[in-house]
Amino acid sequence: MSASLTLNKVTNFLGLRIFSTLKDLFTGKLEKEEFKNFLRKTIVPLASILLFIGLWHLGAKSLYNTEATFKIEKALQDQGLEAANALEACIASGESSCQPNTLPSPSQVWESFQSLLRDHNIISADKAAFIEKTAAMNEKRIAAGKDAIVYTGRPSFVDQIFKSLQTVFAGFLLALLIAVPLGIFIGLSPTLKSAFNWFIQIFKPVSPVVWYLLVFMIVKTLLIGSSEDSSFTISFISVGLCSMWATLVNTAMGVSSVDKDYINVAKVLKLGTFQKIFKVVLPSSLPLIFTGLKITLSVAWMVLIAIELLAQSPGLGLFVWEEFQNGANDSNAKIIVAMFVIGIIGFLLDRLMLMIQNWVSFDKQDAI
Amino acid sequence: MAYLELNNIYKSYNQADGETEVLSNINLKIEEGEFVAIVGFTGSGKTTLVNLINGLIKPTSGEVLFKGVPVDGTSHERGVIFQNYSLLPWLTVGQNVFMAVKEAFPDKNKKELQEIVANYVEMVSLTPAINKRPNELSGGMRQRVAVARALAMKPEMIIMDEPLGALDALTRGNLQDEILNIWGKDKRTALLITNDVDEGIYMADRIIPLRPGPNATLGPEFKIDLERPRDKTEMNDNPNFKKTRNEIIEYLMDIGNERKSEAKEPYILPELEPKDFVNQFKFGR
Repeated sequence: MSASLTLNKVTNFLGLRIFSTLKDLFTGKLEKEEFKNFLRKTIVPLASILLFIGLWHLGAKSLYNTEATFKIEKALQDQGLEAANALEACIASGESSCQPNTLPSPSQVWESFQSLLRDHNIISADKAAFIEKTAAMNEKRIAAGKDAIVYTGRPSFVDQIFKSLQTVFAGFLLALLIAVPLGIFIGLSPTLKSAFNWFIQIFKPVSPVVWYLLVFMIVKTLLIGSSEDSSFTISFISVGLCSMWATLVNTAMGVSSVDKDYINVAKVLKLGTFQKIFKVVLPSSLPLIFTGLKITLSVAWMVLIAIELLAQSPGLGLFVWEEFQNGANDSNAKIIVAMFVIGIIGFLLDRLMLMIQNWVSFDKQDAI
Repeated sequence: MAYLELNNIYKSYNQADGETEVLSNINLKIEEGEFVAIVGFTGSGKTTLVNLINGLIKPTSGEVLFKGVPVDGTSHERGVIFQNYSLLPWLTVGQNVFMAVKEAFPDKNKKELQEIVANYVEMVSLTPAINKRPNELSGGMRQRVAVARALAMKPEMIIMDEPLGALDALTRGNLQDEILNIWGKDKRTALLITNDVDEGIYMADRIIPLRPGPNATLGPEFKIDLERPRDKTEMNDNPNFKKTRNEIIEYLMDIGNERKSEAKEPYILPELEPKDFVNQFKFGR
C-alpha cells in the first residue's frame, strides 16, 4: 500500500501518470469508467510517439534518397559513368565513407546513443585505471608539496552532460542571488523601481550572444595574468545574466502586489520591517517568485547551449558544435541524440522546480 | 474625557477624477467599557471609519483621540477584527495567533507565548484545528481565529469591522454570543461596525447609524436599555426592544428614501420606436 502510494506520488510529481495507470491496469484495479481515461492518457501519447517516429523515419528516408540521387548525378557530370556507378554501389553497400550527409533516421540515432554510452564506459574505465595507477604517486607528490596529476583525457558524452548541468546550476544560482534580493528591493520601494525600470526594460530583451560578449570583455580583463581557464566562469556568468530577468520582474511584481489585507495585518500587529518582509511579503509572493525561477531555469538551460558553444566551455553545447564541425559519418545522429538529451533534461529540470515549489509554497498547485 | 473621541473628522480620497469625500463632520465619544455599534448601509464609509480609529489611515482634517492622545499609526492597545478575516494563509491557526502574541508581548519567552496562544485558541474552541491552515477551515472557524488573534494581544479596545458579515445566520448567532462572553469577562471597550440592526441591538449599549456617503456622517444615537445577559428569544417579545428596533429601522428607511429622492435628474429616454420586424420581411405582397 505504502509502496504504491509512493509510486503515485513520484509519478504525479513527474507528470508521468501513465505509469501508475499502467500499474492499475495490470493489477486489475482499473474501473470501467476509468478505461476511457486510461486510453486517453496512455494509448494516445504512445500512439503519438509512434507516429512521430514513423514520420521521422519516412522523412529521413526521403531526404536520404534525395541526397543520394544528387550525389550520384553530380559524380556522373563531374567524373563520368564509371565513377557514378561505383558511388551508387558504395552507397548501397552501406560503406560509411560515401554515405549521404543528411537527417539521420531514428535507428541511426538510437545506435549513436548506444555508441556514446559505450564510449562513456570505455572512458570511465580508462579514467578509473588512471586514477588507480597515479594514486600512490599523487600521494607522494602532495606530501612533497607538488600538484597532483589529474586525468586530462577526452570527456565522454555523459561527462559533458554533467558539466553542462554544473554550468546551468552555477548560472541559476547566480541569477537567484542577484534577482531575488534585487526584486524584493525594487518591489518594496517605488523609488528604486523607477530607478531600475529603464535598466530592466532595456537589458531584458538582449540576446545571449551579446551577454556572452559583454561578460567576456569584463572577465578577460579581470583575470589578466591568471593562467586559469576562464571559459567556465564566463559561460556561467553569461547564463546567469541572460536568465535572471524573469525572476527579477516576477519577484518585483509579487512583492509590490501583496494583498492589501496582509499588509494591514502587518501594520495592525506592528511587525518590524524585517518581520514584515520575511513573515508576510515573501511568503505571499512565493508563488510568483517561483514562476519566475522556473522560467529562469528553463531559459538558462536553453541559452546554455549557445553560450557553451561560443565560450568553448566543455558541455553539451560544445559537444554539438564539435560534432557539427567534425562532420563524421555519425555526427548528425549524435547531434540529434544531444537534442533529445537536452530536451529531456530541460523537462526534468522544470519538474524539479515544480516539486520544490509545491514543497515550499502554501499555494498548492497541480502539476501542469 | 472620553475613552475614544472623534472630533470633526473629515476624510476624502484624492483620485484621478478629483476628490472623493467619504466622511464628514464625524463626532463620536465612546466611554471606557462601553459597547458601541455603528450601523450603516454598505458603501457608506464604515471601513474608512474603522481604519481611521485603528490608525491605518489618517483623517484629512479633525482628530482621533484615544485616551486623550491623538492616534498616530496602529497600536496594540486597539485590537482589530477585519471584515475578511485577513489570516495569513501560509501559517497555521496557531502560528497566526502566535505571530500576534509575539509582537504584543516581546518580553515573554516562547513557552509563555505558546500558553497564551493555546488559551485563546481554546477559548474560540478551535484547539483541534490548531495545526490547520486557514484554507482548511470554514468561514466561521476562520473568523474565530481572527477573534482569537485580536483578543490574544489583550487590547484595551476591540474594533470589529463587520466581523460576522460573511457568515450564515446560525454561525453568526453563535459567534455573537462568544464575542459577548469574552467582552463580558473583562469589560473591554468595544466598537462594532455592522449592517445588521438586530445584531447591533443584541450586542451593543448604544447604536449610532452612519448616514450613507458621500459625505457620510453619524446620525442620532439610540440607547439600548436591555439587561445583560440578553436572550434572543425573550428579546423579541420585549416592548423596549421592539420600540428601539422600529425607531432605528424607520430612521434608516428614511435615510434610504431621502437618498433615492436626492437623485433628482430624471433620465431622459431617447425617442425610439420599435422596428417593425414582422412586416419588414414580407416582400411582394
